[in-house]
Amino acid sequence: MSATPVTGSLATQVGQLAHRSILRTLRQPAQIVPAIVFPLFLLAVNSGGLKDATQLPGFPTDSYLTFILAVPFIQGALFSVMNSGTDLARDIETGFLNRLALTPLRGAALLSGLLAGAFVLGVVQAVAYLAVGLIAGAELAAGAAGGLVLVALSVTITVAFGTIGLFAALRFGSGEAVQGLFPVFFVFLFLSAMALPLDLLTTSWFHAIASVNPVTYLLEAIRSLLIEGWNVGQLALGFGIAAAIGALGMTAASSALKTRLVRT
Amino acid sequence: MSDHRSAEPRTTNRITVARAVAWRSVHNFLNNPAFLVPALMFPLFFFVSFAGGLAAIGDVPGFDFPSGYTAFQFVFVLLQSAAFGGVFTGFAMARDFETGFGRRYMLAAGHRSGIVLGYALAALVRAFITWAVLTTVAVVAGMEVGGSGGEIVALYLLAIFVNLAATLWSAGVALRVRSIQGGPLMQFPTFLILFLAPVYVPLSLLTGWIHAVASINPITALLEAGRGFISGDPTVVLLAFAVAFALPLLFALWAKAGLRRAEAAG
Repeated sequence: MSATPVTGSLATQVGQLAHRSILRTLRQPAQIVPAIVFPLFLLAVNSGGLKDATQLPGFPTDSYLTFILAVPFIQGALFSVMNSGTDLARDIETGFLNRLALTPLRGAALLSGLLAGAFVLGVVQAVAYLAVGLIAGAELAAGAAGGLVLVALSVTITVAFGTIGLFAALRFGSGEAVQGLFPVFFVFLFLSAMALPLDLLTTSWFHAIASVNPVTYLLEAIRSLLIEGWNVGQLALGFGIAAAIGALGMTAASSALKTRLVRT
Repeated sequence: MSDHRSAEPRTTNRITVARAVAWRSVHNFLNNPAFLVPALMFPLFFFVSFAGGLAAIGDVPGFDFPSGYTAFQFVFVLLQSAAFGGVFTGFAMARDFETGFGRRYMLAAGHRSGIVLGYALAALVRAFITWAVLTTVAVVAGMEVGGSGGEIVALYLLAIFVNLAATLWSAGVALRVRSIQGGPLMQFPTFLILFLAPVYVPLSLLTGWIHAVASINPITALLEAGRGFISGDPTVVLLAFAVAFALPLLFALWAKAGLRRAEAAG
């Protein structure tokens, strides 16, 4: 018994749940298609409708498409809140979580495994957004290596947001409640420097809110790769904020899992 | 015996049916925060995000809207909330049919068109509540209104027609699909047609494919007329009201055919 390494056992547990989570995600086109199509539709509309914003003094690029291309990455990450949360909520509603609770499965394995689906979806989304953006004429100032970092950052954000979906599912135990969170998270996107740079937000209260909204800095980190090239400070801030959201989400989800298992 | 059967309580008056359906729908809306809160919050978030976050767009060369960017965006959000009020009512209708309540309506109502009319009335009540909150927030936020009383009434009249058109569109879908799974089919085309209009800047400032699409989008006329009304400079009024009348008529036929499909399905 002691010959079985603890880490190996944990890796096996994570692997099995990750396999299930990935297959589950890939077998649900209703999860994948809207998460890709909806942000791309808004990208097309916004890049056409707000093109004149580049004429504002101080606008950082002459291509609004390049500027707004950062937004689909965050919108896509918001879908991972829904998808990962809804999947786990369904496991709770159908009693699958209760059956898992009867096995020696560790909480960390359960949560990590469930995020595998969000990870795969994050990769698919990021590649699709970047490819469509570049084909449509957006610039990638950081080059091919910057593209890889952009995908990595996008996936980190997606997985981090996915932890919030897990927390919501464990806390409320209902897919409907998780779905209800979607507009709440969209507020964070709306009240950020989504459509204009922070410096050009002329409404003072809006500027103040956007300045403390972490989504603004996630957008700026992605934009730095698209517009500036390599801005280590902004990238570090972006990865740091994503990691912090992920850590907070996992802590909250672990706590909610313990509470839920005590209840059952 | 047959006389006794004919006296069974089947509600035959179309208006009575409509009032009963509307009352229940409005009651559900007002008593369930899951329905009420998103209906109120969504338009406010759009308004705050567009009017607050995009205020600098008002400084773009060529942008010359006399009442300012807040009023410019208010008209879009008003029409958008009108449309989505109709779509959300379509969700309620679909849910009623999914749970079997819609079939009970069909059995009880003598004039089944009264059922659709009832949902349309409910959608209008929901929209009035949303507009009251939205307008209050906009005025408190300092929105400039250059239009006269009559012009403002005309603006809200356009919104009523949009609400009716969206409700009838969604009702047509709900009566065909009879499940909440038809929700995206109601929502996505509505979203699409709204955002393919001049949302952020006037039509004259749009270029490329979006200008071409917006130029033939009927919602563009409604938006331009609405913005003309709020700034006291009415424009394309006849075209806008022609569109406003035509859309509900068109979707009334769509909803009526949907009703026949629901009847045939039993």
